[in-house]
Amino acid sequence: MRNQLEGSRAIAETVARCRPQVVCAYPISPQTHIVEALAELVSTGELSGCEFVNVESEFAALSVAIGASATGARAYTATSSQGLLFMAEALYNAAGLGLPIVMTVANRAIGAPINIWNDHSDTMSQRDSGWVQLYAQDNQHAVDLHLLAFRLAEERSLPVMVCVDGFTLTHAVEPIDVPEPEVVDRYLPPLRPRQRLDPAEPLTIGALVGPEAFTEVRYLAHRAHQKALDRLPMLLDELAADLGRRCEAPISRYRVADAETVVVALGSVLGTIKDTVDGLRDDGLPVGALGLTMFRPFPGSAVRAALTNARRVVVLERAVAAGAGGIAAADLALATSGLPLHRYQAVAGLGGRPVTRDGLRQLLTAAHADRLDQLTFVDLKPEPLEVVG
Amino acid sequence: MTSLTITGTVQADRARPNTLTSGHRACRGCGEALAARWVVDAAWRAARGQLIAVTATGCLEVFSTPYPESAWRLPWLHSLFGNAPAVASGVAAALRALDRTDIRVLGQGGDGGTVDIGFGTLSGMFERNDDVLFVCYDNQAYMNTGVQRSGATPPGARTSTTPPPLGNRFGQGKDAPRIAVAHGIPYVATATVADPHDLERKVTRAMAVRGARYLHVLSPCPLGWGAEPADTIRLARLAVQTGLFPLYEAAHGEIVGSTPIRGEPAPVEAYLRPQQRFQHLFRPGAGSDTIRAIQAIADQNIRRYRLKEA
Amino acid sequence: MYQVRIHGRGGQGVVTTAELLAMAAFADGRHAQAFPSFGAERTGAPVEAYCRIAAHPIRLREPVRNPDAVILQDAALRRHVNILAGLAPGGWLVINSVRCWDALGLSRYGERLCFDRTVIVPATDLAMQHIGRPLPGTALLGAFAGATGQISLEALITAIRRRFGPHLAEPNVAAARAAYQRVTEPAHA
Repeated sequence: MRNQLEGSRAIAETVARCRPQVVCAYPISPQTHIVEALAELVSTGELSGCEFVNVESEFAALSVAIGASATGARAYTATSSQGLLFMAEALYNAAGLGLPIVMTVANRAIGAPINIWNDHSDTMSQRDSGWVQLYAQDNQHAVDLHLLAFRLAEERSLPVMVCVDGFTLTHAVEPIDVPEPEVVDRYLPPLRPRQRLDPAEPLTIGALVGPEAFTEVRYLAHRAHQKALDRLPMLLDELAADLGRRCEAPISRYRVADAETVVVALGSVLGTIKDTVDGLRDDGLPVGALGLTMFRPFPGSAVRAALTNARRVVVLERAVAAGAGGIAAADLALATSGLPLHRYQAVAGLGGRPVTRDGLRQLLTAAHADRLDQLTFVDLKPEPLEVVG
Repeated sequence: MTSLTITGTVQADRARPNTLTSGHRACRGCGEALAARWVVDAAWRAARGQLIAVTATGCLEVFSTPYPESAWRLPWLHSLFGNAPAVASGVAAALRALDRTDIRVLGQGGDGGTVDIGFGTLSGMFERNDDVLFVCYDNQAYMNTGVQRSGATPPGARTSTTPPPLGNRFGQGKDAPRIAVAHGIPYVATATVADPHDLERKVTRAMAVRGARYLHVLSPCPLGWGAEPADTIRLARLAVQTGLFPLYEAAHGEIVGSTPIRGEPAPVEAYLRPQQRFQHLFRPGAGSDTIRAIQAIADQNIRRYRLKEA
Repeated sequence: MYQVRIHGRGGQGVVTTAELLAMAAFADGRHAQAFPSFGAERTGAPVEAYCRIAAHPIRLREPVRNPDAVILQDAALRRHVNILAGLAPGGWLVINSVRCWDALGLSRYGERLCFDRTVIVPATDLAMQHIGRPLPGTALLGAFAGATGQISLEALITAIRRRFGPHLAEPNVAAARAAYQRVTEPAHA
């Protein structure tokens, strides 16, 4: 049943229905409402059989999750921004150990300058950590992606992060259906870990691996991602059957089929993009929007297939690789190599700068006329730049 | 605290579990390998075999688990250098959630992993009073990476990052066991590889208690200390006999007992002289002040922990 | 799509007011989206929250730039904040005050503000009377419902009861109802 809920609350209730056994939390805005709600659900007994551990840092939060997951418990944590960076070493470790931890990242910029608002710099910086990355377009999508995340993580023994735009989604109140417990139980069976610490069958986990086998370990990690991508359609079909709605992944297509100009983006900005696309279509411009719900593993074949009819593509990103430009744009360029596409990169919405229909309309109109620089910073204001000269 | 009658050591028992079994790649004379086997065997026995070990990055991890081999005969996890206490907390949390608190958790690390890079997570584990026994095998420097100074390196000692003539500075360093006591956790103890009876008794006592517990074990490193492999036990004993390494136990923030030095305390020179890392102090006219300052530390320990027999 | 901006001070329940408005619209069978201005402000600082109401699912995530109505939880803020910024022609202003149009100096806004689209309601007094705490949000929403008809009183009451526990809900319902009646039945005023 749909209710008017805050995104964080809906995510927390969904996570609770996934029955995590260990939840560890360290506060950072804008992730806080999620873990506060989980703490409440544990204290009221609505989420039973769960240890809620208040830790002293994000590094500890993920480390506690690593220990818990290796012992065979379903482990969950959430963070944002600097917190994700503080976890970085443990992120690679969790992935290397193949631990099915699920984490919500309430996306936020990285300092300096310190900035608490939304962009994708944090998760983009960890795109190669070995975690699966899913980006939510709205709060319903975020809720459904959490179910998928636990199932995918545990089937493939891979950690999964669900990236939810901080404030824009986490603090928005909108109609959301939190799946009923029996629906979640049907979709998500109890965790059967691939391996765990058990005195009855002692295992050594986390051994030193030298040059003779390290490449193979990394190859297997890459293959695990590919297999996750292969497995995705079946998991999505099952999810749709249980939920009665489709969760769009690994990509979402909006008026792409006959579009000459396609804007590619991740996260909640796609909502505003879709409204803009509708407006431009009304004006006769054949534009469309392609959403990357899954960024790791990168759904290259699906992206390529979706863009075969397009003439130009604008990759709009909420992050920038200083000195290089777009981040997703590079992956997209590889996936579409050989296609006769004009490729543009747009950096927009950094540190909470609103991405508006007006700005998008200008961007897409210019792109459609091939009057766009190869790399554009959307809505760049001249005043702060004059100071530096 | 439960009183225990120990008739012989776990190590003396032919049925000892050998949780850290032979064939590993530690250096000859390694104090840490010895300490780890004694500690984990004693903990394993106290937990009736229901034990999980978490180990920080360091010598112990490297020499015991070169893939595809493992010297561990119990479930064992290595994650990172600085997070072993937090990982152990996670194991303990999972065991509570899974209703398997019959299984106990042992965390272990060297002095780098414990008093330096892992100290934040150790303090967090302590203040939450998580059900973990954490053991620091203290060999007083970063031996795995080539003998660099740590927060546990003693004053005056030469390491590859505190070269002579001064060696490690005075007035620095961390007294991890005292800081552990200050957390008010149920049990803290110090021990060395020189006395397996004492070490095993303390492990057993620690395992009889629930909550956060800390054991700090002096574990000489022949390579890093510049000592004869055959002198590992002798040096650990001398560290105690001089008063430089006090043996004590604490419960809930109070020191509840210390082990007096048998007979007259040995002068610190007796401990320093066999170690290359202190040789610069014995060059003509070089370090008599330094040796006196080290003696003052020993004397202070003797007073503070009442190490002189009455 | 109908858009509302709410001005107030940190600690005054501005975010809750936006949330209640969205919940009420939802209870009326419409789609709604509420969100705060995401500041790092502290108690007492000017804050804003927004609400969109529509017959269709709302995808838009840009800030509300052209509200159809502005709700002002603290009338004093009009001196510090451009409360009418972007207000659509013929848009509503709902002000929490015991003073009248002239005393508030609202004429200075000229044609940007319609006299008959301005609602002045003593929401803090009503809150003190019914709730016992200076939280004017529910009374202002009662007045907003009565004046604009964008949400029904029944839906607002449903939202209040869903959002608050019974001890807090009923006093807030009373405050909302009183304000609603002041607007719809001026004889009550």
